[in-house]
Amino acid sequence: MKKHVDLNASYQPASFGFRDPSAVSEIIGRYPPGRQRSAVMPLLDLAQRQVAADGLKATPPYGGWIPRAAMDEIARILDMPPIRVYEVATFYSMYNLAPVGVNLVQVCTTTPCWLCGSDKIVKTCQDKLGIGVGETTPDGKFTLVEVECMGACVNAPMVQINDDYYEDLTPEGTGGLIESLAQGKKPPSGSQSGRKGSMALSGPTSLAAQARSSMK
Amino acid sequence: MPKLKINDVEIEVAPGTSILQAAEMLGVEIPRFCYHDRLSVPANCRMCLVEVSPGPPKPQASCALACADGMSVKTDSDMVKKARKGVMEMMLINHPLDCPICDQGGECDLQDQAVAYGFDRSRYYESKRAVVDKDLGPLVKTVMTRCIQCTRCVRFADEIAGTPDLGLYNRGEDVEIGPFVEKACATELSGNLVDICPVGALTSKPYAFSARPWELRKTETIDVMDAVGSNIRVDSRGTEVMRVLPRLHEGINEEWINDRTRYAIDGLKKARLDRPWIRDEKSGKLREAAWEEAFALIAARLRPLAGPEIGAIAGELCDLESMVALKDLMEALGSRNLDCRTDGAHFDPSARAGYIFNSGISAIEQADAILLIGTNPRVEATMVNARIRKAWLNNRVSIGLIGEAADLGYPYTRVGAGPREMESLLRGNNAFADRLARAQRPMIILGAGAFLRPDGSAVQALARQVAEHFGVVREGWNGFNVLQLAASRVGALDIGFLPPSGAMDIHAMLDGTRTGRIKALYLLGVDEFDVRAATGWQTFVIYQGHHGDAGAARADVILPGAAYTEKDGLYVNTEGRVQAARRAIFPPGEAREDWAILRALSAHLRCELPYESLNALRTRIVVEWPHLGDIDAQGPAPWTVFGRQGSVSESPFLSPVRNFYMTNAICRASDTMAECTRAFVEGRLSQAAE
Repeated sequence: MKKHVDLNASYQPASFGFRDPSAVSEIIGRYPPGRQRSAVMPLLDLAQRQVAADGLKATPPYGGWIPRAAMDEIARILDMPPIRVYEVATFYSMYNLAPVGVNLVQVCTTTPCWLCGSDKIVKTCQDKLGIGVGETTPDGKFTLVEVECMGACVNAPMVQINDDYYEDLTPEGTGGLIESLAQGKKPPSGSQSGRKGSMALSGPTSLAAQARSSMK
Repeated sequence: MPKLKINDVEIEVAPGTSILQAAEMLGVEIPRFCYHDRLSVPANCRMCLVEVSPGPPKPQASCALACADGMSVKTDSDMVKKARKGVMEMMLINHPLDCPICDQGGECDLQDQAVAYGFDRSRYYESKRAVVDKDLGPLVKTVMTRCIQCTRCVRFADEIAGTPDLGLYNRGEDVEIGPFVEKACATELSGNLVDICPVGALTSKPYAFSARPWELRKTETIDVMDAVGSNIRVDSRGTEVMRVLPRLHEGINEEWINDRTRYAIDGLKKARLDRPWIRDEKSGKLREAAWEEAFALIAARLRPLAGPEIGAIAGELCDLESMVALKDLMEALGSRNLDCRTDGAHFDPSARAGYIFNSGISAIEQADAILLIGTNPRVEATMVNARIRKAWLNNRVSIGLIGEAADLGYPYTRVGAGPREMESLLRGNNAFADRLARAQRPMIILGAGAFLRPDGSAVQALARQVAEHFGVVREGWNGFNVLQLAASRVGALDIGFLPPSGAMDIHAMLDGTRTGRIKALYLLGVDEFDVRAATGWQTFVIYQGHHGDAGAARADVILPGAAYTEKDGLYVNTEGRVQAARRAIFPPGEAREDWAILRALSAHLRCELPYESLNALRTRIVVEWPHLGDIDAQGPAPWTVFGRQGSVSESPFLSPVRNFYMTNAICRASDTMAECTRAFVEGRLSQAAE
């Protein structure tokens, strides 16, 4: 899905500074001398999380995203042309380059999830939140997007909300999930059907004895 | 040395050579889009796939695969043909079928390779993507839907131009090339983006929809927009120059040219002098005249004058032949008042080594320390600057600058602002002195701006001292380089278009027009200063040139000459390299080749010049200056003492080129250059949102 990026939009803050310089230097220090530019990805993540922390206190609240000023700041810190930072930031879907809701609901609609009913999950989200795909609720709490495979096909259908996977979803379960998120709770992540990890639905079929003993 | 077989032909190559390069040595063609031999290798277009054994049973990108011993490469097996067809089909999925309205049509790599290696029909019925066009300024037109993401432009901007403004952003089917933020590609080399783009995504804006490549007559010639003498190809149709393209010369411009060379040509169609003009004595206005009338008037006015009452000045776009003819004519008239330093520079022209780029431009790549003095090579000689950047990119050469701070596209140490820092270098109390002293191949590049001051000769002498102190001139290496600005200058200095002692130089001549000592002044293409303000009203001014600019505005008689695309002529570039320019089109109207005008005039002055053809004139030149007959050679420049020892002032060096896009009469007549000035110099681009 194409991200719409407008670096000159009115919502772009004029400046950005990292609150925790020690975190920045810790990240840069991970890389050998002369390879500091490799820090661009963790720094983008750090910026996104810092914005997310600010967003929780704002009214209406917002989630983590990376303003242009932050990309320019990273370019300055790492001594690289800004365009090189933009290239990285636009490549990865995990970086949000425009404001999002506090809860970024990413529904997987790639083939395995789709076969297991992701259409209904998308529909539930839309109905529950009253927004379409790619939109943000007026209270700033939710943004709904469709994404490609997130590698949790065994537990399809699934959504990712911020850093957590919610798997084995049903339309009803998804509705409950959204309700509790709306109330500010954080439901337990992982499989929502009660199975452990990616274990077969009908229970262990091979190495059954070991599996049973490990479940005890 | 790996030995391998390509299509069963054995070849031994240097280690690190890619299969594509090895195949090229054998004359085996491998199609490619992203690979360019002067750029880094991303291997992202996949068009150069070949079959390599031993190896995995799949085609491999030959541009990024180094030759190894015992390899056997097939470039035309069934596997390769199928792979190319597949790549080509994928590439054409999102490429519009707009070749009939595309300026690249007829010289498009994608078009040619689709015919040669592609599939003869499409199997794609889904919708194609469209991409928003980017604004790269007044020179490069973008049609981004045509882009095949080869990233040549990104790498060119990054590596050669040193302005990393372009990027490849988003991914997958949304991937786009562009500056991402609204920004024109602010480099003096942007026209080369058009050349390296293998499709019609980046085309020339001023040339848009004006001609097809097969309609054009191609003339290989020399550029005169700066003293570098870039090798160019002028494409003309009928009486019009349609475009200028670079021509490969490893020693000078490699395969790039700057934007002034490429885009100032629309100035050749404007403000041209296409017939003789005479200033009416009563009204003071210029009126059209016939050649005979103009010559008769000149003869009538010059004949009563004594030789020393006549002066001649040669401008910066003149060819060697016309300057020699003018010099001969002046000699015949008994005048030795000659000068070519129209910028008013003060330097000692007695030693050739003191005014040319001794090492040659390509030797910049071998230098291990470069000191720039009083120059901004980015605007004064873009191709030299590109070469310095290349040296920095390849060998991280240390570069120092004494002069104005400017963005040159590579990092440098600013040693100082004026000649005083040259003295401190000599004393050794300067960080860069150490670097220079340690260098094996040190180089000094002295800008023409360093001479544009009353103490210019002293600066020259000081620079020679610095050169000698740091061993810039040593066995097999002469790194003392002067970067001239005018295409005609080195040639004029070589033939001695200068006043001998006792005769008047340009300052004396211009003063003389006011005091009455100079009663007639012959200006050969002199437009570099405000002639009207600089000359007294009583002097009879003859202007011979091609543009109605500063010189023509003051002239009493105007003789219409030919521009550089309209005559055969020799030019000596800043290296002292003699190059031959060729005529691409005829001069407009009544205008004639410059040497021929002077020859015809000499007959009217009853001092007929002894040559009736250009060849005869060139023979006369070679007899007196043998090195000028040696095309593409630099000629001898023995190291001697030059410059005048003296005290230097503290005032900082200033680059004489304030606006890269407006340096001569042709540029000043060019709409494209005016637009570039607005966009790049004054910064009035659609950049308001920035």
